[in-house]
Amino acid sequence: MRRSWFLIIAATLGFLFLYIPIGSLILFSFNESKLVTVWAGFSTKWYGELLRDEQVLGAVWISARIAFASATLAVVLGTLAAFVLVRMRAFWGKPILRGMTTAPLVMPEVITGLSLLLLFVSMERMIGWPAGRGMVTIIIAHTTFCLAYVAVVVQSRLVDMDESLEEAARDLGAAPVRVFFDVTLPVIAPALVAGWLLAFTLSLDDLVVASFTSGPGASTLPMVIFSKVRLGVSPDINALATLIILVVALGIVIAGLVMRRK
Amino acid sequence: MVGTATKPTAGELKPWREARTPPFIRIEGISKHFGDFIAVDDVSLDIWQGEIFCLLGGSGCGKSTLLRMLAGFEAPSAGKVSIDGQDMAGVPPEARPTNMMFQSYALFPHMSVEKNVAYGLLRGGMGKAEAMEKVAAMLKLVQLEGFAARKPHQLSGGQRQRVALARSLVKRPKLLLLDEPLGALDKKLREETQFELMNIQDQLGVTFIVVTHDQEEAMTLATRIGVMDAGRIVQVGEPRAIYERPGSRFVADFIGTVNLFEGKVDVAAPDAMRITTAEGPILTEPVVGLRAGQQVAVAVRPEKMRLSREQGAAANVLSGTVSDYAYMGDMTIYKLALDNGRSVKVSVSNIDDASEAFTWDERLFISFPAKAGVVLSA
Ligand SMILES: Nc1ncnc2c1ncn2[C@@H]1O[C@H](COP(=O)(O)OP(=O)(O)O)[C@@H](O)[C@H]1O
Ligand SMILES: [Mg+2]
Repeated sequence: MRRSWFLIIAATLGFLFLYIPIGSLILFSFNESKLVTVWAGFSTKWYGELLRDEQVLGAVWISARIAFASATLAVVLGTLAAFVLVRMRAFWGKPILRGMTTAPLVMPEVITGLSLLLLFVSMERMIGWPAGRGMVTIIIAHTTFCLAYVAVVVQSRLVDMDESLEEAARDLGAAPVRVFFDVTLPVIAPALVAGWLLAFTLSLDDLVVASFTSGPGASTLPMVIFSKVRLGVSPDINALATLIILVVALGIVIAGLVMRRK
Repeated sequence: MVGTATKPTAGELKPWREARTPPFIRIEGISKHFGDFIAVDDVSLDIWQGEIFCLLGGSGCGKSTLLRMLAGFEAPSAGKVSIDGQDMAGVPPEARPTNMMFQSYALFPHMSVEKNVAYGLLRGGMGKAEAMEKVAAMLKLVQLEGFAARKPHQLSGGQRQRVALARSLVKRPKLLLLDEPLGALDKKLREETQFELMNIQDQLGVTFIVVTHDQEEAMTLATRIGVMDAGRIVQVGEPRAIYERPGSRFVADFIGTVNLFEGKVDVAAPDAMRITTAEGPILTEPVVGLRAGQQVAVAVRPEKMRLSREQGAAANVLSGTVSDYAYMGDMTIYKLALDNGRSVKVSVSNIDDASEAFTWDERLFISFPAKAGVVLSA
């Protein structure tokens, strides 16, 4: 009995620690007052305010496009990497490839951002592409680190997959490409969806790498929020944050459900 | 050990006995190396149309690898396979006239039973209506008519096994390869399915190669058995021949239970044969090609020996005391300790209640005729 009380208290404290900040943020997004710390009654006016803020809406649109593009690219490249890592026989370059694919998971974001910035600058000087920095460079940057996450998710699914499924399909008369689309893809599809959602939220969320690789006219949502907050926290930012939390939570729940479905 | 007599159909023949018809599958000196490891070592086999050929051997002896080379999943390191006169070198699995039933069944988890079975037909370019008709007929044959819309995970083990069988048979391959097809089933279901499998094979006339490590299964199913050990085929023959006339100590020991008496040939005359063993001299039927002094073993099956309280007049009589016995219902297996300490197994079939029941520590005579002993030099 004592044990279970201990567990309940531990769980409660843990949850409070995690969610009080988020809870207060959501609560104050419905605050009537302009002062963030003073409660003056329930209101949704900051949400209305938000919808009239051109700068924020523009940033939402840019971030969404970047997240969509980099998640999609990351799924394609990450899946290819996972295939090589799981299916290819051991060769001298395989440990290196494995290390390189997972490095962005543990690399400090500042370093990822800085190195990409240096790369883009020198590429522009040498081959003239990418010309200046903006959405394209952010997409490339986000793809590189999202790819690592996708590769991890897809790898675990591929390892679990019975390879004789593919052999069975070939045995029944399907050529290799056909086998991929008829059997492999449907079997690993949940991992692809989960990987895409994960990459999407990671990209949406990123401030550091985007700041390094962005250029004029390509401010992502986190960048806009950050610059606004530096001038003082305003309640419409709370409203915006609440909406982002909603989107991210939805993404995580969907990813979880998709992964659970066998 | 029961060798089931296959139903004698019209023109039931054993083409491997006389070399009149050419073999359907020719495997010539095939080997498979994985790095330094030799999984299949210089195997040659001829298999005739309509056979159920069982590859029998312990785990890891290379059975699956041999099967996978026939299906086209592994390229042989050496040697050649031809099916129906056609050389299979370089032919990919999708272009071979074979289908395989996988050990794990490998049913497509995202497709219904019907779609699983139809897959091969549709890939082969058959129209949808015709394919569905064939699928329905096939599902009827394996008694799964009501399950067409189910997904594999909604089926029991036995049902999955039948879907896998239906899927591999629906294209009417010239050769069906089955890798431990009944391995995942419990004993009763396995026995029922063995007979079903033989019925289906009989109806469709497809040639089967079945891999198994279960010697009883091989005995029940096979027209012929190929016994494998460490990548090599050590003996090929009809189940009865493999059991009654094993060619080596390994085969004698692997198939069923056997008492092996190691010794030297003492007399090797055209009309008599005597082997000196640690258990005393053993008389057997004459074997051509053996010389006196040669190191051999005499293999005697437990059911070919008789137990009695009085010394009879058989060609060979040993004596020992009962150290243990196991009542199996249809028969009782006695373990006797001979005077020199070695133990011998004798089975006595329980024909009626009056059948002699011996008990522990009884001193008994073990007798067997000269024709019961098989002399093994390998
Ligand atoms: N792709 C492979 N690479 C290396 N060794 C293998 C491979 N496939 C099988 N082997 C080895 O070959 C031997 C025979 O395997 P297999 O044919 O599966 O045996 P079994 O008779 O149990 O079906 C085993 O020792 C196995 O480890
Ligand atoms: Mg095997």
